[in-house]
Amino acid sequence: MGIQFKQETFRDDYTFSNSPEAIRRFPFPFDRDEYMYSVNIEQHMPGPPKSYVEFPIDIDEHYVSEMRDRAIVLKEDPLRCQSLPHMLPAEWDLVELLMDSMSKHYPEHFQLTKDGDRWHWVNQPLGIDQTFTFGDTATLPCPPMEYITRQCQGDFALLDQRQDNLWMDAGIVTTQADWSLDFDIGMNFMEWHGPVPIAHDIGVFDRALKFLLNLQQGRPVRRLNWTMTINPRLDTSPENYHKWGQEKATVTPENVGDKVHLRVELQALWRLPRSNAIVFSIRAYLISMEELVTIPKWGRRFPRILKSLPEPIANYKGLSRYREMTIDWLSKYDDGQPTSPGFFPD
Amino acid sequence: MTTLSDIKSRPIYAGLKVDEYARRHLVAAEGEGARAVIEAFSMAPEALDRTTILYCPGGSAGQDHETALADLAPDLIHVAPSIETLLVRLKGMLNTATMGTRLYATGTEGFIGQVVAAAVGFGVDHHSIFTEHRGSLARRVQCVHCKGMTDNVTATPFTCSHCGLTLFVRDHYSRRLGAFQGVCVDAEEPGVIPPAEELYK
Ligand code: HEM
Repeated sequence: MGIQFKQETFRDDYTFSNSPEAIRRFPFPFDRDEYMYSVNIEQHMPGPPKSYVEFPIDIDEHYVSEMRDRAIVLKEDPLRCQSLPHMLPAEWDLVELLMDSMSKHYPEHFQLTKDGDRWHWVNQPLGIDQTFTFGDTATLPCPPMEYITRQCQGDFALLDQRQDNLWMDAGIVTTQADWSLDFDIGMNFMEWHGPVPIAHDIGVFDRALKFLLNLQQGRPVRRLNWTMTINPRLDTSPENYHKWGQEKATVTPENVGDKVHLRVELQALWRLPRSNAIVFSIRAYLISMEELVTIPKWGRRFPRILKSLPEPIANYKGLSRYREMTIDWLSKYDDGQPTSPGFFPD
Repeated sequence: MTTLSDIKSRPIYAGLKVDEYARRHLVAAEGEGARAVIEAFSMAPEALDRTTILYCPGGSAGQDHETALADLAPDLIHVAPSIETLLVRLKGMLNTATMGTRLYATGTEGFIGQVVAAAVGFGVDHHSIFTEHRGSLARRVQCVHCKGMTDNVTATPFTCSHCGLTLFVRDHYSRRLGAFQGVCVDAEEPGVIPPAEELYK
Protein backbone atom coordinates (compact mmCIF):
# COMPACT_ATOMS: atom_id res chain seq x y z
CA MET A 1 0.00 0.00 0.00
CA GLY A 2 2.82 2.36 0.83
CA ILE A 3 2.78 6.04 1.69
CA GLN A 4 -0.01 8.32 0.42
CA PHE A 5 1.93 11.31 -0.90
CA LYS A 6 0.22 14.68 -0.46
CA GLN A 7 0.04 17.45 -3.00
CA GLU A 8 0.83 20.65 -1.11
CA THR A 9 2.93 23.82 -1.19
CA PHE A 10 5.61 25.37 1.04
CA ARG A 11 5.31 28.88 -0.46
CA ASP A 12 2.71 31.31 -1.80
CA ASP A 13 -0.62 29.75 -0.71
CA TYR A 14 1.05 27.41 1.84
CA THR A 15 -1.27 24.42 1.63
CA PHE A 16 1.08 22.20 3.69
CA SER A 17 -0.40 20.37 6.66
CA ASN A 18 0.22 17.19 8.63
CA SER A 19 -2.11 14.19 8.77
CA PRO A 20 -2.92 12.90 12.28
CA GLU A 21 -0.39 10.08 11.71
CA ALA A 22 2.28 12.58 10.71
CA ILE A 23 1.59 14.55 13.90
CA ARG A 24 2.00 11.44 16.05
CA ARG A 25 5.36 10.61 14.46
CA PHE A 26 6.63 14.21 14.64
CA PRO A 27 10.14 14.41 16.14
CA PHE A 28 9.24 16.50 19.17
CA PRO A 29 12.71 17.50 20.40
CA PHE A 30 12.15 18.21 24.11
CA ASP A 31 12.46 15.44 26.71
CA ARG A 32 11.97 17.88 29.62
CA ASP A 33 10.45 21.34 30.22
CA GLU A 34 13.61 23.38 29.54
CA TYR A 35 16.06 23.68 26.70
CA MET A 36 19.79 24.28 26.60
CA TYR A 37 22.45 23.47 23.99
CA SER A 38 24.22 20.19 24.69
CA VAL A 39 26.13 17.44 22.90
CA ASN A 40 22.86 15.63 22.24
CA ILE A 41 24.30 12.92 20.00
CA GLU A 42 23.06 9.31 20.08
CA GLN A 43 23.48 6.20 17.92
CA HIS A 44 21.20 6.32 14.87
CA MET A 45 19.50 3.02 15.79
CA PRO A 46 16.23 1.84 14.24
CA GLY A 47 13.28 3.07 16.34
CA PRO A 48 9.70 1.79 16.80
CA PRO A 49 7.60 0.97 13.69
CA LYS A 50 6.09 4.07 12.01
CA SER A 51 8.28 6.43 14.07
CA TYR A 52 10.51 8.99 12.33
CA VAL A 53 13.52 6.82 13.19
CA GLU A 54 12.11 3.47 12.10
CA PHE A 55 14.51 3.67 9.12
CA PRO A 56 17.83 5.48 8.67
CA ILE A 57 16.39 7.66 5.87
CA ASP A 58 12.84 8.79 6.61
CA ILE A 59 10.48 9.27 3.66
CA ASP A 60 7.02 10.56 4.55
CA GLU A 61 3.76 11.91 3.11
CA HIS A 62 5.41 15.23 2.18
CA TYR A 63 8.06 13.62 -0.06
CA VAL A 64 6.72 14.47 -3.50
CA SER A 65 5.81 18.05 -2.64
CA GLU A 66 9.11 18.69 -0.90
CA MET A 67 11.02 17.48 -3.94
CA ARG A 68 8.98 19.84 -6.10
CA ASP A 69 9.87 22.73 -3.75
CA ARG A 70 13.58 21.80 -3.95
CA ALA A 71 13.43 21.86 -7.74
CA ILE A 72 11.95 25.38 -7.67
CA VAL A 73 14.72 26.62 -5.34
CA LEU A 74 17.49 25.10 -7.47
CA LYS A 75 16.06 26.54 -10.65
CA GLU A 76 16.12 30.03 -9.20
CA ASP A 77 19.46 29.69 -7.40
CA PRO A 78 21.94 27.02 -8.54
CA LEU A 79 24.41 28.11 -5.81
CA ARG A 80 22.33 26.12 -3.30
CA CYS A 81 24.06 23.00 -4.60
CA GLN A 82 27.86 23.14 -4.67
CA SER A 83 30.70 20.68 -4.45
CA LEU A 84 34.45 21.23 -4.47
CA PRO A 85 36.21 19.01 -7.03
CA HIS A 86 37.84 16.63 -4.50
CA MET A 87 34.40 15.62 -3.17
CA LEU A 88 33.34 13.51 -6.14
CA PRO A 89 34.13 10.16 -4.42
CA ALA A 90 32.01 11.24 -1.44
CA GLU A 91 29.18 12.17 -3.82
CA TRP A 92 29.15 8.61 -5.14
CA ASP A 93 29.25 7.25 -1.58
CA LEU A 94 26.14 9.29 -0.91
CA VAL A 95 24.38 7.87 -3.99
CA GLU A 96 25.02 4.39 -2.64
CA LEU A 97 23.91 5.20 0.91
CA LEU A 98 20.63 6.78 -0.15
CA MET A 99 19.70 4.37 -2.95
CA ASP A 100 20.46 1.35 -0.76
CA SER A 101 18.50 2.68 2.18
CA MET A 102 15.49 3.97 0.24
CA SER A 103 15.11 0.81 -1.85
CA LYS A 104 15.59 -1.49 1.13
CA HIS A 105 13.07 0.22 3.41
CA TYR A 106 10.53 1.50 0.88
CA PRO A 107 10.59 -1.26 -1.78
CA GLU A 108 7.07 -0.41 -2.94
CA HIS A 109 8.30 3.05 -4.04
CA PHE A 110 11.99 2.66 -4.92
CA GLN A 111 13.83 -0.21 -6.58
CA LEU A 112 17.53 -0.69 -7.15
CA THR A 113 19.18 -3.51 -9.05
CA LYS A 114 22.94 -3.84 -9.37
CA ASP A 115 24.81 -5.80 -12.00
CA GLY A 116 28.40 -5.05 -11.07
CA ASP A 117 28.80 -1.31 -11.68
CA ARG A 118 25.71 -1.24 -13.88
CA TRP A 119 22.89 0.06 -11.66
CA HIS A 120 19.20 0.41 -12.41
CA TRP A 121 17.26 2.83 -10.22
CA VAL A 122 13.51 3.25 -10.26
CA ASN A 123 11.81 6.04 -8.30
CA GLN A 124 8.08 5.54 -8.76
CA PRO A 125 6.68 8.56 -6.88
CA LEU A 126 8.79 10.91 -9.03
CA GLY A 127 8.51 8.84 -12.19
CA ILE A 128 12.26 8.27 -12.64
CA ASP A 129 13.83 5.22 -14.28
CA GLN A 130 17.60 5.46 -14.68
CA THR A 131 20.30 3.04 -15.70
CA PHE A 132 23.84 4.24 -15.01
CA THR A 133 27.37 3.13 -14.28
CA PHE A 134 28.30 3.61 -10.64
CA GLY A 135 31.33 5.91 -10.48
CA ASP A 136 30.86 7.34 -13.99
CA THR A 137 29.36 10.81 -13.71
CA ALA A 138 28.74 11.05 -17.45
CA THR A 139 26.06 8.35 -17.15
CA LEU A 140 23.82 10.52 -14.93
CA PRO A 141 21.87 13.61 -16.06
CA CYS A 142 23.61 15.75 -13.37
CA PRO A 143 26.41 15.29 -10.80
CA PRO A 144 25.80 12.38 -8.38
CA MET A 145 25.09 14.34 -5.15
CA GLU A 146 22.63 16.62 -6.92
CA TYR A 147 21.07 13.66 -8.73
CA ILE A 148 20.22 11.66 -5.62
CA THR A 149 19.41 14.56 -3.28
CA ARG A 150 16.84 15.90 -5.73
CA GLN A 151 15.12 12.64 -4.83
CA CYS A 152 15.58 12.55 -1.06
CA GLN A 153 13.99 14.70 1.63
CA GLY A 154 16.39 16.78 3.71
CA ASP A 155 19.40 18.98 3.08
CA PHE A 156 22.81 17.33 2.90
CA ALA A 157 26.37 18.43 3.59
CA LEU A 158 29.46 16.37 2.76
CA LEU A 159 32.36 16.90 5.12
CA ASP A 160 35.96 16.17 4.28
CA GLN A 161 38.15 15.18 7.24
CA ARG A 162 41.71 16.54 7.40
CA GLN A 163 43.95 18.40 9.86
CA ASP A 164 41.83 17.05 12.74
CA ASN A 165 38.85 19.01 11.51
CA LEU A 166 35.78 18.63 9.32
CA TRP A 167 35.43 20.83 6.22
CA MET A 168 32.09 21.53 4.59
CA ASP A 169 33.26 20.98 1.02
CA ALA A 170 29.97 20.02 -0.64
CA GLY A 171 26.26 20.29 -0.01
CA ILE A 172 22.73 20.81 -1.20
CA VAL A 173 20.83 23.23 0.97
CA THR A 174 17.32 24.35 0.02
CA THR A 175 15.36 23.94 3.29
CA GLN A 176 17.69 25.63 5.73
CA ALA A 177 17.12 27.53 8.95
CA ASP A 178 18.75 30.74 7.75
CA TRP A 179 22.34 29.81 6.84
CA SER A 180 24.08 30.03 3.50
CA LEU A 181 25.92 27.13 1.87
CA ASP A 182 27.47 29.51 -0.64
CA PHE A 183 28.96 31.49 2.23
CA ASP A 184 29.93 28.54 4.41
CA ILE A 185 31.35 26.15 1.80
CA GLY A 186 35.03 25.45 2.50
CA MET A 187 34.74 26.36 6.20
CA ASN A 188 35.68 24.04 9.05
CA PHE A 189 33.48 22.89 11.95
CA MET A 190 34.38 25.77 14.28
CA GLU A 191 34.15 28.39 11.55
CA TRP A 192 30.68 27.52 10.24
CA HIS A 193 29.40 27.30 13.82
CA GLY A 194 30.91 30.75 14.48
CA PRO A 195 27.62 32.67 14.85
CA VAL A 196 26.04 30.27 17.39
CA PRO A 197 25.89 31.84 20.90
CA ILE A 198 26.77 30.12 24.22
CA ALA A 199 27.64 26.69 22.77
CA HIS A 200 31.31 27.55 22.07
CA ASP A 201 31.82 28.76 25.62
CA ILE A 202 30.34 25.69 27.30
CA GLY A 203 32.51 23.35 25.23
CA VAL A 204 29.70 21.84 23.15
CA PHE A 205 31.52 22.27 19.84
CA ASP A 206 34.90 21.02 21.09
CA ARG A 207 33.35 17.82 22.39
CA ALA A 208 31.06 17.30 19.40
CA LEU A 209 33.94 17.69 16.93
CA LYS A 210 36.14 15.27 18.86
CA PHE A 211 33.34 12.73 18.83
CA LEU A 212 32.69 13.11 15.10
CA LEU A 213 36.34 12.80 14.10
CA ASN A 214 36.14 9.25 15.47
CA LEU A 215 32.85 8.37 13.78
CA GLN A 216 33.02 4.78 12.54
CA GLN A 217 31.67 3.34 9.34
CA GLY A 218 28.45 1.40 9.95
CA ARG A 219 27.73 3.25 13.22
CA PRO A 220 25.80 6.39 12.24
CA VAL A 221 24.69 8.90 14.87
CA ARG A 222 21.89 11.46 15.10
CA ARG A 223 20.72 14.51 17.00
CA LEU A 224 17.73 16.86 16.95
CA ASN A 225 17.88 20.61 16.50
CA TRP A 226 14.95 23.01 16.37
CA THR A 227 13.81 26.51 15.53
CA MET A 228 10.53 28.19 14.58
CA THR A 229 9.21 29.33 11.22
CA ILE A 230 6.31 31.53 10.24
CA ASN A 231 4.17 29.74 7.64
CA PRO A 232 5.25 26.28 6.54
CA ARG A 233 8.12 27.60 4.44
CA LEU A 234 11.00 25.26 3.72
CA ASP A 235 13.23 27.81 2.00
CA THR A 236 14.03 30.08 4.94
CA SER A 237 17.41 30.90 3.43
CA PRO A 238 19.37 34.08 4.05
CA GLU A 239 19.53 34.46 0.27
CA ASN A 240 15.75 35.01 0.19
CA TYR A 241 15.35 36.59 3.64
CA HIS A 242 14.38 39.94 2.07
CA LYS A 243 11.41 38.08 0.54
CA TRP A 244 10.20 35.95 3.48
CA GLY A 245 11.29 38.15 6.41
CA GLN A 246 8.09 40.22 6.22
CA GLU A 247 6.03 37.14 7.02
CA LYS A 248 7.51 37.19 10.53
CA ALA A 249 5.66 40.43 11.18
CA THR A 250 2.28 38.98 10.16
CA VAL A 251 1.69 36.98 13.36
CA THR A 252 -1.33 38.16 15.39
CA PRO A 253 -2.94 36.66 18.52
CA GLU A 254 -5.68 35.27 16.24
CA ASN A 255 -3.47 33.47 13.71
CA VAL A 256 -0.72 32.02 15.94
CA GLY A 257 -2.15 28.49 15.79
CA ASP A 258 -2.07 28.45 12.02
CA LYS A 259 1.01 30.54 11.19
CA VAL A 260 3.57 29.72 13.85
CA HIS A 261 5.41 26.44 13.24
CA LEU A 262 7.90 24.46 15.24
CA ARG A 263 10.63 23.33 12.88
CA VAL A 264 12.68 20.33 13.92
CA GLU A 265 15.74 19.01 12.17
CA LEU A 266 16.65 15.35 12.44
CA GLN A 267 20.38 15.47 11.81
CA ALA A 268 22.18 12.23 11.10
CA LEU A 269 25.84 11.54 10.36
CA TRP A 270 27.40 8.61 8.54
CA ARG A 271 31.05 7.82 7.83
CA LEU A 272 31.32 7.04 4.12
CA PRO A 273 33.27 3.97 2.98
CA ARG A 274 35.41 5.03 -0.03
CA SER A 275 36.02 8.70 0.59
CA ASN A 276 36.25 8.58 4.42
CA ALA A 277 34.10 11.74 4.30
CA ILE A 278 31.08 12.23 6.57
CA VAL A 279 27.60 12.90 5.30
CA PHE A 280 25.45 15.19 7.45
CA SER A 281 21.74 15.02 6.68
CA ILE A 282 19.39 17.75 7.89
CA ARG A 283 15.84 16.50 7.60
CA ALA A 284 13.36 19.25 8.47
CA TYR A 285 9.90 18.59 9.92
CA LEU A 286 7.28 21.31 10.35
CA ILE A 287 4.26 21.36 12.67
CA SER A 288 1.81 24.22 13.29
CA MET A 289 0.90 25.20 16.85
CA GLU A 290 -2.67 24.06 16.13
CA GLU A 291 -1.35 20.61 15.22
CA LEU A 292 1.15 20.50 18.08
CA VAL A 293 -1.45 20.99 20.81
CA THR A 294 -3.38 17.92 19.63
CA ILE A 295 -0.76 16.03 21.68
CA PRO A 296 -1.56 17.23 25.24
CA LYS A 297 1.94 16.61 26.60
CA TRP A 298 3.50 18.73 23.85
CA GLY A 299 0.91 21.50 24.37
CA ARG A 300 1.93 21.68 28.03
CA ARG A 301 5.63 21.42 27.44
CA PHE A 302 6.28 23.74 24.53
CA PRO A 303 5.10 27.00 26.21
CA ARG A 304 7.34 26.13 29.18
CA ILE A 305 10.28 25.71 26.78
CA LEU A 306 9.61 29.08 25.19
CA LYS A 307 9.24 30.83 28.55
CA SER A 308 12.52 29.54 29.94
CA LEU A 309 14.54 29.86 26.72
CA PRO A 310 17.70 31.96 27.33
CA GLU A 311 17.50 35.32 25.55
CA PRO A 312 20.64 34.87 23.39
CA ILE A 313 19.27 31.59 22.02
CA ALA A 314 15.85 33.12 21.31
CA ASN A 315 17.49 36.02 19.47
CA TYR A 316 19.79 33.74 17.52
CA LYS A 317 16.86 31.59 16.42
CA GLY A 318 15.08 34.77 15.32
CA LEU A 319 11.88 34.18 17.27
CA SER A 320 11.86 37.20 19.55
CA ARG A 321 9.26 39.05 17.47
CA TYR A 322 6.51 36.46 18.07
CA ARG A 323 7.72 34.56 21.13
CA GLU A 324 5.42 36.28 23.66
CA MET A 325 2.38 36.02 21.42
CA THR A 326 3.03 32.32 20.94
CA ILE A 327 3.43 31.73 24.69
CA ASP A 328 0.12 33.55 25.30
CA TRP A 329 -1.68 31.48 22.69
CA LEU A 330 -0.22 28.21 24.01
CA SER A 331 -0.85 28.98 27.67
CA LYS A 332 -4.46 27.81 27.42
CA TYR A 333 -3.11 24.32 26.70
CA ASP A 334 -0.85 24.30 29.76
CA ASP A 335 -2.88 23.36 32.83
CA GLY A 336 0.24 23.34 34.99
CA GLN A 337 0.23 19.53 35.37
CA PRO A 338 3.63 17.85 35.50
CA THR A 339 4.86 16.37 32.21
CA SER A 340 6.31 12.88 31.93
CA PRO A 341 10.02 12.55 31.16
CA GLY A 342 10.98 11.71 27.57
CA PHE A 343 10.03 12.91 24.08
CA PHE A 344 7.07 10.74 23.22
CA PRO A 345 3.34 11.42 23.65
CA ASP A 346 1.81 9.83 26.77
CA MET B 1 48.98 45.38 14.99
CA THR B 2 45.32 46.06 15.65
CA THR B 3 43.43 43.66 17.87
CA LEU B 4 40.29 42.45 16.19
CA SER B 5 37.09 41.26 17.83
CA ASP B 6 36.47 37.62 18.67
CA ILE B 7 34.71 36.15 15.63
CA LYS B 8 35.14 32.39 15.35
CA SER B 9 35.10 32.25 11.58
CA ARG B 10 37.54 35.13 11.17
CA PRO B 11 41.20 34.28 10.54
CA ILE B 12 43.90 35.20 13.02
CA TYR B 13 46.43 37.61 11.56
CA ALA B 14 49.51 36.52 13.44
CA GLY B 15 51.95 39.10 12.07
CA LEU B 16 54.73 39.12 9.48
CA LYS B 17 57.91 37.25 10.27
CA VAL B 18 60.47 36.52 7.60
CA ASP B 19 60.79 32.79 6.93
CA GLU B 20 64.55 32.28 6.87
CA TYR B 21 64.20 28.91 5.11
CA ALA B 22 62.19 30.25 2.16
CA ARG B 23 63.93 30.33 -1.19
CA ARG B 24 61.75 33.14 -2.43
CA HIS B 25 59.62 35.74 -0.61
CA LEU B 26 56.50 37.01 -2.34
CA VAL B 27 55.05 39.99 -0.48
CA ALA B 28 51.63 41.55 -1.22
CA ALA B 29 51.06 44.78 0.68
CA GLU B 30 48.44 47.51 0.71
CA GLY B 31 48.41 50.94 2.36
CA GLU B 32 49.76 50.86 5.91
CA GLY B 33 50.88 47.27 5.34
CA ALA B 34 54.06 48.88 3.96
CA ARG B 35 55.10 49.60 7.54
CA ALA B 36 54.72 45.94 8.52
CA VAL B 37 56.89 44.93 5.55
CA ILE B 38 59.56 47.46 6.44
CA GLU B 39 59.60 46.37 10.08
CA ALA B 40 59.83 42.65 9.28
CA PHE B 41 62.32 42.82 6.41
CA SER B 42 64.68 45.35 7.93
CA MET B 43 65.25 42.69 10.62
CA ALA B 44 66.20 40.15 7.93
CA PRO B 45 68.14 42.05 5.28
CA GLU B 46 69.76 38.86 3.94
CA ALA B 47 66.35 37.84 2.57
CA LEU B 48 65.85 40.93 0.44
CA ASP B 49 67.69 39.81 -2.68
CA ARG B 50 65.18 36.92 -2.89
CA THR B 51 62.15 39.15 -2.26
CA THR B 52 59.44 40.44 -4.59
CA ILE B 53 57.17 43.17 -3.22
CA LEU B 54 53.82 44.01 -4.82
CA TYR B 55 52.46 47.20 -3.31
CA CYS B 56 49.25 49.14 -3.75
CA PRO B 57 49.22 52.48 -1.86
CA GLY B 58 45.41 52.28 -1.50
CA GLY B 59 44.28 54.10 1.62
CA SER B 60 47.78 55.49 2.22
CA ALA B 61 48.19 57.19 -1.16
CA GLY B 62 50.34 60.32 -0.89
CA GLN B 63 52.32 59.06 2.07
CA ASP B 64 55.05 57.75 -0.21
CA HIS B 65 55.44 54.40 1.50
CA GLU B 66 56.52 53.11 -1.93
CA THR B 67 59.80 55.02 -1.65
CA ALA B 68 60.45 53.60 1.79
CA LEU B 69 59.81 50.11 0.43
CA ALA B 70 62.14 50.72 -2.52
CA ASP B 71 64.81 51.85 -0.03
CA LEU B 72 64.79 48.30 1.36
CA ALA B 73 66.29 47.36 -2.02
CA PRO B 74 64.35 44.13 -2.63
CA ASP B 75 65.02 42.05 -5.73
CA LEU B 76 61.88 43.55 -7.29
CA ILE B 77 59.24 46.06 -6.27
CA HIS B 78 56.14 46.66 -8.30
CA VAL B 79 53.72 49.47 -7.39
CA ALA B 80 50.17 48.71 -8.56
CA PRO B 81 47.58 51.45 -9.10
CA SER B 82 44.74 49.43 -7.54
CA ILE B 83 44.09 46.23 -5.60
CA GLU B 84 42.58 44.69 -8.70
CA THR B 85 45.71 45.21 -10.78
CA LEU B 86 47.90 44.03 -7.92
CA LEU B 87 45.90 40.78 -7.81
CA VAL B 88 46.32 40.28 -11.56
CA ARG B 89 50.10 40.45 -11.19
CA LEU B 90 50.08 38.33 -8.03
CA LYS B 91 48.14 35.57 -9.79
CA GLY B 92 50.63 35.63 -12.64
CA MET B 93 53.44 35.17 -10.14
CA LEU B 94 51.66 32.43 -8.20
CA ASN B 95 51.10 30.61 -11.45
CA THR B 96 54.85 30.29 -12.00
CA ALA B 97 55.93 30.20 -8.34
CA THR B 98 58.36 27.44 -7.43
CA MET B 99 58.58 25.23 -4.34
CA GLY B 100 59.96 27.08 -1.37
CA THR B 101 58.15 30.34 -2.14
CA ARG B 102 56.67 31.97 0.97
CA LEU B 103 53.71 34.31 0.57
CA TYR B 104 53.09 37.32 2.84
CA ALA B 105 49.97 39.52 2.88
CA THR B 106 49.49 42.74 4.82
CA GLY B 107 47.14 45.71 4.77
CA THR B 108 43.41 46.06 5.39
CA GLU B 109 41.43 42.94 6.12
CA GLY B 110 39.63 43.07 2.78
CA PHE B 111 42.97 43.16 0.99
CA ILE B 112 44.44 40.25 2.98
CA GLY B 113 41.28 38.26 2.31
CA GLN B 114 41.54 38.74 -1.43
CA VAL B 115 45.23 37.77 -1.48
CA VAL B 116 44.56 34.63 0.58
CA ALA B 117 41.55 33.66 -1.56
CA ALA B 118 43.62 34.12 -4.74
CA ALA B 119 46.48 32.02 -3.34
CA VAL B 120 44.19 29.21 -2.17
CA GLY B 121 42.99 29.05 -5.77
CA PHE B 122 46.57 28.13 -6.74
CA GLY B 123 46.73 25.33 -4.19
CA VAL B 124 48.50 27.33 -1.46
CA ASP B 125 47.53 26.15 2.04
CA HIS B 126 46.06 29.18 3.80
CA HIS B 127 47.87 28.24 7.02
CA SER B 128 51.19 28.78 5.26
CA ILE B 129 50.53 32.44 4.40
CA PHE B 130 51.98 35.02 6.82
CA THR B 131 49.49 37.83 7.38
CA GLU B 132 49.36 41.11 9.30
CA HIS B 133 46.46 43.50 9.57
CA ARG B 134 47.36 47.20 9.18
CA GLY B 135 45.34 50.28 8.44
CA SER B 136 41.62 50.84 8.80
CA LEU B 137 39.12 48.31 10.15
CA ALA B 138 37.06 48.65 6.97
CA ARG B 139 35.43 45.40 5.91
CA ARG B 140 34.83 43.77 2.59
CA VAL B 141 31.25 42.53 2.63
CA GLN B 142 29.32 40.17 0.41
CA CYS B 143 25.59 40.76 0.02
CA VAL B 144 24.01 37.39 0.79
CA HIS B 145 21.09 38.25 -1.50
CA CYS B 146 22.68 39.39 -4.77
CA LYS B 147 26.21 38.06 -3.93
CA GLY B 148 27.81 41.39 -4.87
CA MET B 149 30.95 42.52 -3.00
CA THR B 150 31.25 45.96 -1.46
CA ASP B 151 34.74 47.09 -0.44
CA ASN B 152 35.73 49.43 2.37
CA VAL B 153 32.56 49.18 4.42
CA THR B 154 33.06 51.25 7.58
CA ALA B 155 29.52 51.38 8.94
CA THR B 156 26.58 49.06 9.57
CA PRO B 157 24.00 49.12 8.11
CA PHE B 158 25.18 50.24 4.67
CA THR B 159 23.79 50.18 1.15
CA CYS B 160 24.79 47.28 -1.11
CA SER B 161 26.70 48.80 -4.02
CA HIS B 162 25.07 46.29 -6.39
CA CYS B 163 21.40 45.67 -5.52
CA GLY B 164 20.77 48.67 -3.25
CA LEU B 165 19.37 46.72 -0.29
CA THR B 166 20.31 48.09 3.12
CA LEU B 167 22.59 45.52 4.72
CA PHE B 168 23.55 44.78 8.27
CA VAL B 169 27.13 43.45 8.59
CA ARG B 170 27.11 40.09 10.33
CA ASP B 171 30.15 38.96 12.34
CA HIS B 172 30.68 35.96 10.09
CA TYR B 173 33.64 35.69 7.73
CA SER B 174 34.26 33.45 4.69
CA ARG B 175 37.88 32.83 3.79
CA ARG B 176 36.88 31.47 0.40
CA LEU B 177 35.22 34.78 -0.42
CA GLY B 178 37.54 36.94 1.66
CA ALA B 179 34.49 38.77 2.98
CA PHE B 180 31.98 39.28 5.78
CA GLN B 181 28.29 38.60 5.27
CA GLY B 182 25.78 41.39 4.62
CA VAL B 183 22.11 40.67 5.37
CA CYS B 184 19.05 42.84 4.62
CA VAL B 185 18.39 44.89 7.76
CA ASP B 186 14.75 45.81 7.10
CA ALA B 187 13.46 42.51 5.70
CA GLU B 188 10.90 42.11 8.48
CA GLU B 189 9.69 45.72 8.45
CA PRO B 190 10.62 47.34 5.15
CA GLY B 191 11.83 50.90 5.60
CA VAL B 192 12.60 50.56 9.31
CA ILE B 193 16.34 51.08 9.27
CA PRO B 194 18.42 51.66 12.39
CA PRO B 195 20.93 54.55 12.27
CA ALA B 196 24.29 53.61 10.78
CA GLU B 197 27.12 53.12 13.25
CA GLU B 198 30.72 53.68 12.15
CA LEU B 199 32.08 50.50 13.71
CA TYR B 200 34.84 49.66 11.27
CA LYS B 201 36.85 52.88 10.83
C1 HEM C 1 29.18 17.96 11.26
C2 HEM C 1 28.08 18.36 10.71
C3 HEM C 1 27.40 19.65 11.06
C4 HEM C 1 27.12 20.65 10.21
C5 HEM C 1 27.41 20.68 8.71
C6 HEM C 1 26.49 21.72 10.98
C7 HEM C 1 26.09 22.92 10.44
C8 HEM C 1 25.51 23.95 11.16
C9 HEM C 1 25.17 25.23 10.62
C10 HEM C 1 25.43 25.68 9.19
C11 HEM C 1 24.59 25.96 11.60
C12 HEM C 1 24.07 27.39 11.47
C13 HEM C 1 25.14 28.39 11.86
C14 HEM C 1 24.78 29.82 11.46
O1 HEM C 1 24.03 30.48 12.19
O2 HEM C 1 25.25 30.30 10.41
C15 HEM C 1 24.57 25.12 12.78
C16 HEM C 1 24.03 25.48 14.00
C17 HEM C 1 24.15 24.72 15.15
N1 HEM C 1 24.82 23.51 15.27
FE1 HEM C 1 25.65 22.43 13.79
N2 HEM C 1 26.39 21.33 12.27
C18 HEM C 1 26.94 20.07 12.37
C19 HEM C 1 27.05 19.30 13.51
C20 HEM C 1 26.66 19.72 14.76
C21 HEM C 1 26.78 18.91 15.94
C22 HEM C 1 27.35 17.49 16.01
C23 HEM C 1 26.30 19.64 16.96
C24 HEM C 1 26.25 19.11 18.37
C25 HEM C 1 26.21 19.75 19.42
C26 HEM C 1 25.85 20.93 16.41
C27 HEM C 1 25.28 21.96 17.11
C28 HEM C 1 24.73 23.11 16.57
C29 HEM C 1 23.96 24.07 17.34
C30 HEM C 1 23.62 24.00 18.81
C31 HEM C 1 23.58 25.07 16.43
C32 HEM C 1 22.68 26.27 16.74
C33 HEM C 1 21.29 25.87 16.29
C34 HEM C 1 20.14 26.75 16.76
O3 HEM C 1 20.11 27.24 17.89
O4 HEM C 1 19.17 26.86 15.99
N3 HEM C 1 26.09 20.93 15.07
N4 HEM C 1 25.14 23.90 12.49
